Amino acid sequence: MAALWRVGGLLLALAFLPWLTPACAEPKFPELTGRVVDDASLLTYPEEVAITADLKALEDKSSDQVVVVTLPSLQGYTIEDFGYQLGRHWGIGTEKMDNGVILIVAPNERKVRIEVGRGLEGVLTDALSKIIIENAMLPRFREGNFSGGIKDGVRDVILVLTGDAAEVEQRAKARHDADESVVNWLVVIFWTLIILWIAYSMWSSTRYASRAGGRGSGPIFLPGPGWGSGSGGSGWSSGGGGSCGGFSGGGGSFGGGGASGGW
Amino acid sequence: MLAETHPRGRAAARVICLIVAGAMLAGCGINTIPTLQEQAKAAWSQVLNQYQRRADLIPNLVETVKGFAAQESKVLTDVVEARAKATQVQLPPDILNNPEAFQKFQEAQNNLSGALGRLLVITENYPDLKSNQNFLALQSQLEGTENRIAIARQDYITAVQKYNTEIRTIPGRWWRALLYPDAEPMQNFTVKEGTENVPEVKF
Repeated sequence: MAALWRVGGLLLALAFLPWLTPACAEPKFPELTGRVVDDASLLTYPEEVAITADLKALEDKSSDQVVVVTLPSLQGYTIEDFGYQLGRHWGIGTEKMDNGVILIVAPNERKVRIEVGRGLEGVLTDALSKIIIENAMLPRFREGNFSGGIKDGVRDVILVLTGDAAEVEQRAKARHDADESVVNWLVVIFWTLIILWIAYSMWSSTRYASRAGGRGSGPIFLPGPGWGSGSGGSGWSSGGGGSCGGFSGGGGSFGGGGASGGW
Repeated sequence: MLAETHPRGRAAARVICLIVAGAMLAGCGINTIPTLQEQAKAAWSQVLNQYQRRADLIPNLVETVKGFAAQESKVLTDVVEARAKATQVQLPPDILNNPEAFQKFQEAQNNLSGALGRLLVITENYPDLKSNQNFLALQSQLEGTENRIAIARQDYITAVQKYNTEIRTIPGRWWRALLYPDAEPMQNFTVKEGTENVPEVKF
């Protein structure tokens, strides 16, 4: 009996083991409170508001999401290692286009990084990111002028992202198409067909049965083909494409694009 | 109801049963092994992709450095040779399950990382080179690529870890025995590795 208890206890312990072991080595990420997450307090409130407005205008125009984050600590990670994980954690950029950018400033480690989502690596290239960091940001950071460096960095990132009007338009259109829930329509059509088919097969079978002398009440209970298409067409399509009020990431992914610098 | 007694209604019922059964089986993990396998393969493609990207950058980089530091021919040839070796490594289709081939691939890429590191170290001695716009652009691209390689490898390590765990632990182990006998454990990168100690590039 004691042995049984021991085995039971062991099993129980094993079952709980996954909760006890610490979730693997992942940094503690700051909360995504807006387009500017100033955890290291480098910006004044009006500056934050101004940058937020610029970034919102950019997203409205091109759907590219840019977030500025200042960190009091990198928690022992390199800024590259921290950056892509933060980007994935927040999911900056849309899921389809991965068009997010994060500008990370870590004043205590004296590091800065422009982390570029996979979809923008061709526009905001590593070389361009490096140029922005070296020319617009680092000279001001060296003087201790953090807000100036961040503002100029954001300005240049926006300039690069909006550099080509045709490109921006085309990408905005692609995003619009993506939002138009093409997939949702496919789903609607698929289920409509399935329902139609089932309804039809049941309906025709009961009709056949009633003709053959069975109970005749089937058609009253079983909806005809019209029901399926009507409900499917109008009811379900309104679900997709809603836009939210607050700011949040769209599920974009990061693969290590961008550049870093230190001062 | 009548629908159950009639062949057509029965067919419909059968389809519904199939859908429900499929959904239930999917719920208890019948698809987990193939899913994880595909994820690991995709992660591997990403690793290859990034190594290729690095290989593509090198000729340009070597040419630029040559223009300023032609006398460092030893280091330059080392890079060219290491690149040639790395791109010539034959990748058998079963590389992910083949420890030897995997090891070979890793070694070739590590040699290239080492040679590139030495090249970047010597560029420190040439101020003209260091201020050359073309070189700066190439250097930032190379840094970015090394970073992407590190991330792609990390993603691959995670994906393989998940997959290998799945085929060795209980429900997955049963599914493997039952349906996926050819699902072999995949090779993973070993810790002692080139990208962990890429020489730092100072500015």
